[in-house]
Amino acid sequence: MKLITANFLTCAVKGCKASPASFPLHFRDAELELQELDFQPDFIRNIVPRIDWHALQIMANELGFPKILDKKPEGDELKDEQILKELHRLLLETHINEGKLTCGNCGHEYLIKEGIANFLLPSHLV
Amino acid sequence: MASSSSSSDQQSFVTEKPQEEAYEEKHVHEVYQQIASHFSSTRYKAWPVVKRFLTELTPGAIGLDVGCGNGKCLPVNQNVFIVASDRSENLARIAANHQPHSVIVADILNLPHPDSFFDFAISIAVIHHLSTPDRRIQAIREILRALKPATVEAPGGKVLLYVWALEQKTSRRGWDKGDQQDVMVPWVMTSNPPKNAPSDQPKVFHRYYHLYEANELERDITKAGGRVLESGYEKDNWWAIATR
Repeated sequence: MKLITANFLTCAVKGCKASPASFPLHFRDAELELQELDFQPDFIRNIVPRIDWHALQIMANELGFPKILDKKPEGDELKDEQILKELHRLLLETHINEGKLTCGNCGHEYLIKEGIANFLLPSHLV
Repeated sequence: MASSSSSSDQQSFVTEKPQEEAYEEKHVHEVYQQIASHFSSTRYKAWPVVKRFLTELTPGAIGLDVGCGNGKCLPVNQNVFIVASDRSENLARIAANHQPHSVIVADILNLPHPDSFFDFAISIAVIHHLSTPDRRIQAIREILRALKPATVEAPGGKVLLYVWALEQKTSRRGWDKGDQQDVMVPWVMTSNPPKNAPSDQPKVFHRYYHLYEANELERDITKAGGRVLESGYEKDNWWAIATR
């Protein structure tokens, strides 16, 4: 699972969605892998405005990455190829292969196996 | 790849599943788990309406492909980012090869996505697998929930829904108006045995479908709280584009 994906995920439990604690989900025991992908500067430039920067900072920090920019890059910063390349690496090339995503509200753990996160709920949580 | 271990830990619940859910588990989910690879080898291309919908999106748009199957819609537009999901882990693993998108395992009635965020969604040949009217409407409501609502400056997110039509007189199946809408449809899995080996009997799986009649999809969308923007018929299927 690409790291960017977690920016668009929350707990599958209906009652959790209204709680700010359910976003972002928290990585536990994550096994990371770098999978190279062609660098498309326009793609990064176009999707950055849709990234929740605060959530990305939390996740990058939990995964043990060096500190990312304090503020979401915008305007001229999005022309800076170095910034775009770093984001490309973090968002699209960083994969979580094994581990868990945990909801900060209900504590439910979603397993990530061979790069695929599973959000099916046990019936008592549906 | 050892994909057969897939959902065993998901199935060991102590509590009884509701009846409809257990029915879909047996007649939809388990079948797709079994036929995933063969099914995938027969599905290569997005249908024209789907292709148009995806091609017209703004670069950088973020969207969902709910019930993505083998991911045949994912190659259409690589300038948007799609979080695709499927209830079958085996299909999700096949779909995971399409860049730059991402694939997860999830249930359409409990999507792990925030409210009111996404620019678009597609759900192609999926909601006809839900076995009651209420569950089909809930599924549409769940997708609409995740779409960005319209504001003064910008239109809201849009979803394209696509379902099998009851009216398909000229198709191989030949159903038409007035026929039974809730049907079990066989999937015949032929194996390709090596030369000289005795050929196996083809294996037949049955999947549950609700065949939509004219205007039924639009009705379900309205009941789910959505607004139909455009709708039509394309090769044995009804489709509709809707917003919140």
